[in-house]
Amino acid sequence: MEESRRSFLKIGGISVLGLSALPVLQAVAQNDGPKFKPDPNALQARQWGMVIDMNKCWEEQQKRHCTDCIAACHKVHNVPDIADPKREIKWIWTDKYEHVFPDQAHEYVPEKIRESRFLLLCNHCSNPPCVRVCPTQATFKREQDGIVMMDFHRCIGCRYCMAGCPFGARSFNWGDPRPYLAEQNMEFPTRTKGVVEKCNFCAERLDVGQIPACVEACKAKALVFGDVEDPDSEIRKILDTHYTIRRKVNLGTGPNIYYIV
Amino acid sequence: MLEKALRGSQRYWSWILFLLILIGVGAGCFLLQVSQGLKITGMSRDVSWGFYIAQFTFLVGVAASAVMLVLPYYLHHVKDFGRITILGEFLAVAAVSMCLLFIVVDLGRPMRLLNVLIHPTPNSILFWDMIVLNGYLFLNIVIGWTVLAAERKEVAPPAWVKPLIYISIPWAVSIHTVTAFLYAGLPGRHFWLTAIMAARFLASAFASGPALLILLMLILKKRTKFDAGQPALDKLSQIVTYAMCVSVFFVLLELFTAFYSQIPGHMHGFEYQFIGLEGHGVLVPFMWLSAILAVVALTLLINPNTRRNEKKLTVACIAVFFSLWIEKGMGLVVTGFIPNPFETVTEYVPTVPELLITLGVWATGFLILTVLYKTAIGVKEEKLG
Repeated sequence: MEESRRSFLKIGGISVLGLSALPVLQAVAQNDGPKFKPDPNALQARQWGMVIDMNKCWEEQQKRHCTDCIAACHKVHNVPDIADPKREIKWIWTDKYEHVFPDQAHEYVPEKIRESRFLLLCNHCSNPPCVRVCPTQATFKREQDGIVMMDFHRCIGCRYCMAGCPFGARSFNWGDPRPYLAEQNMEFPTRTKGVVEKCNFCAERLDVGQIPACVEACKAKALVFGDVEDPDSEIRKILDTHYTIRRKVNLGTGPNIYYIV
Repeated sequence: MLEKALRGSQRYWSWILFLLILIGVGAGCFLLQVSQGLKITGMSRDVSWGFYIAQFTFLVGVAASAVMLVLPYYLHHVKDFGRITILGEFLAVAAVSMCLLFIVVDLGRPMRLLNVLIHPTPNSILFWDMIVLNGYLFLNIVIGWTVLAAERKEVAPPAWVKPLIYISIPWAVSIHTVTAFLYAGLPGRHFWLTAIMAARFLASAFASGPALLILLMLILKKRTKFDAGQPALDKLSQIVTYAMCVSVFFVLLELFTAFYSQIPGHMHGFEYQFIGLEGHGVLVPFMWLSAILAVVALTLLINPNTRRNEKKLTVACIAVFFSLWIEKGMGLVVTGFIPNPFETVTEYVPTVPELLITLGVWATGFLILTVLYKTAIGVKEEKLG
């Protein structure tokens, strides 16, 4: 009896050891070759950025209460339409000047600027605090093009990234978002309760050669998307010739969204 | 030794039953939260951390305070603490357990908790907080239990426990420092963006933890044969006095920096806490209560005559504990989100299920504390015969 128990424990112990060595073995055995081929049409950049020409945007807003970019983005990405401001999910949205640029707003700002709605989205910061604080790398910065991404399947819902983001660009699914979807885009995942989400600069569209949905939807051509590190890009030409501002630059996060006011 | 917790008076079992009922109610609400999501809480897009994380922050302090017994006893040979260091360590075990539970109940997807281990991320302070909290829990369980077992057998504790005890001293400091770093390094959250955060946390910890310990000692003295002894109580209450003075001083430093610089972002948090901001001020009465309790506590503690009076010391310790509980367990976390990144105010009030889950976690902590204390006191009573 004693002997058989001892041998059972021995065999069991060795088996457990063997099992625990398996992942190590797998890691060693893995070759580093690519697991899939990137689409040859994929759009590439060293750092994606966006210029928003607010004058063009306001003109269109005045003409027809334009919300084309918001509608396009939210439709493509299955962003739920939750009315409660405490629980809403926002990838791209508008707000007043004094809320968007609180450190620049003053009472003598021209009325048009003071009263008009500014377009907001994730700034895809060069030095993103949300990535720094995430304990699971569920939010990460794509090395190839600087897009700050969210892995909805890895997020544990600790909401540290929301505390870290100084731009209010992140939303949390306080409940199940699916009942708030009018229709579903089967090409993009829906989310579950308990995870954080945000604008992803349409990384999934760039990877197949399409420009972001908001840029495509903007009939006023107020949104210009491009590689800010490429001196020959269209976005750089605009930055060269126009005075642009960014949100909360003094915090050192390096926002990549530029506003022409 | 644990069997000592299985034999007790009717009063003991009623207390256990009471805690189990609270735990049951909390667990029920937690199941509701798992199925419905965190929408059953009062948290929002703007105030994305609330009561749970605030309790966690406060309780890290209670846990860290064990070092206020361990350090004088083992480094300065303060013999008076000899009989109660184990009780300090067991209080730390209960407090850290609550901390870990509060983190778990705050997660949107608790079943993915192990992602923190599967994808270790050294750049996240939360990763280090997990390391130091679990490490401190482990250290205190092992040290407390081993020393108690040795005490029961009336032998010296094994030699291997000594290094663990010495490690536990800086480790206690680390748990509250790392927890302060969770807040202190975030751009755009002015209220938390202060280099003195960790120091403030430690000062308030060394006041609130020992204050709770004194209250527990006084309860034990009344209800059991165990008496910590007047010298130990005197020394502990001195520690509370100094720590509370330093804690209040640190808050005044923050107020000076904010209001003399007159930088709006740095003033907003304190304005919200004490006079309200943009017409919002649910915290105002609580923060003033906290301030008044601090003044009462200091008055009673600084005067040696009132400090040595058991009744007045009890009042002072209750005042210290609740003053700091309001400051950390209610005010600190919420205020960091007010105003939000758009300079507007969204207020936060916890919901009933949220409060019941919180109560359930506290009850779990007190259950752990009760069982550990019953065991420790059982061993000590054995000696007294």
